[in-house]
Amino acid sequence: MFQNKLNVGQISEGFVLDHIKAGKSMEIYKYLGLDDLDCTVAIIRNVTSHKMGKKDIMKIECPLEWIDLDVLGYLDHNITINIIKDDKVVDKKRLVLPKEVKNIIKCKNPRCITSIEQELDQVFVLTDEEKKVYRCKYCEEESHTLMRN
Amino acid sequence: MRHLMNPMDLSIEELDDLMKVANDIEKNPSKYAHACDGKKLATLFYEPSTRTRLSHEAAMLNLGGSVLGFSEASSSSATKGESVSDTMRTISCYADICAMRHPKEGAPMVASIHSSIPVINAGDGGHQHPTQTLTDLLTIHTLKGRLDNMTIGLCGDLKFGRTVHSLIQSLTRYHGIKFVLISPEELRLPSYIRKDVIEENNIPYEEVITLEDALPELDILYMTRVQKERFFNEDDYLKMKDFYVLNKEKLKLAKDDMYVLHPLPRVNEISVDVDDDPRAAYFKQMQYGVYIRMALILFLLDIHVE
Repeated sequence: MFQNKLNVGQISEGFVLDHIKAGKSMEIYKYLGLDDLDCTVAIIRNVTSHKMGKKDIMKIECPLEWIDLDVLGYLDHNITINIIKDDKVVDKKRLVLPKEVKNIIKCKNPRCITSIEQELDQVFVLTDEEKKVYRCKYCEEESHTLMRN
Repeated sequence: MRHLMNPMDLSIEELDDLMKVANDIEKNPSKYAHACDGKKLATLFYEPSTRTRLSHEAAMLNLGGSVLGFSEASSSSATKGESVSDTMRTISCYADICAMRHPKEGAPMVASIHSSIPVINAGDGGHQHPTQTLTDLLTIHTLKGRLDNMTIGLCGDLKFGRTVHSLIQSLTRYHGIKFVLISPEELRLPSYIRKDVIEENNIPYEEVITLEDALPELDILYMTRVQKERFFNEDDYLKMKDFYVLNKEKLKLAKDDMYVLHPLPRVNEISVDVDDDPRAAYFKQMQYGVYIRMALILFLLDIHVE
């Protein structure tokens, strides 16, 4: 049987995102805006996991203030975050569904005002925590969190 | 400062107060004739309208105020590409309150965010039309003396009919309501209203196709027009437009104290031979539309008439 032995070294400052749903790390990369940041990122896909079967892990080496992690709550609130400073885990962050997300998801309603006024922020508001439903602040078009299914 | 984007922005108590003021306006119009002296209402209509624009303007004029605005996008700077937010910042310098109709959903919400005056959503695409809902509620309340314990039939375009969606949402706050949803398969109520609003609140309802089957049990029949402007495809519109016609003959099946409402304009869905029936309430409804908008303007401008 094929043995997974890939190992990625430690980081001195930054974040380790664990328990990402397998295959979704590239989406997380995009939504965190990592392609615009000058930081070192390791993406490890399809890691064997007791809990999840398979999972993705991301290691991001950068100053802590560079990244707004609140968006992760919307993308997948099952992700666990280890915050690293001076080579040590200094905090573990538990994610909750944010009340509002801005410019993460684009409203798909062709009748929405955001379809013609491109400069408007795309704002989605949490309207049903249990069902993880967000609605466009302007037209109330429904959207679910990305990792719902 | 308050805006009105959605009828649910108002609590039941606020709604009751508005209806009380509207009923008082009906009885004592002269008492309110100068309540808005020196105030200006801007009507920003990016889409054609007869009743909604003129009833807002009539409401402000009845209160002693004045009106300004535009009645189509082509006579505004929207044709030059001006954004809703910039237009709203401008209008905030000219008027004390504004009513906006826009074909794009959420445009009045954008306006309200950038406004320093109260904004009334006067209809945004297929989304919301709160002053029509207030009109409908006032009409039902005045004619029936209550908003609870009623069977309400909603007939026609339940899919795109924003007035239907708003009315359903508002009525779920009252006890003893039952809905009969009368529509062809293609124009059925969207599932997000059926599931998230009606079923979520445990409101009994049934979906039927034939109007005649539903008529005998109704206390209110709310007719709607199949709206051409909501269809992307003309063939689909033509197939649906004459699906329901309420006429004198069918009305015989209804209770003597049932009322027929319609947000108007009608096309063929209510025959003119129904107009003289005492149960035809759709013309009275327009008059109530002025009273409730007068009450709303006073509420949003925080003006109290003793």
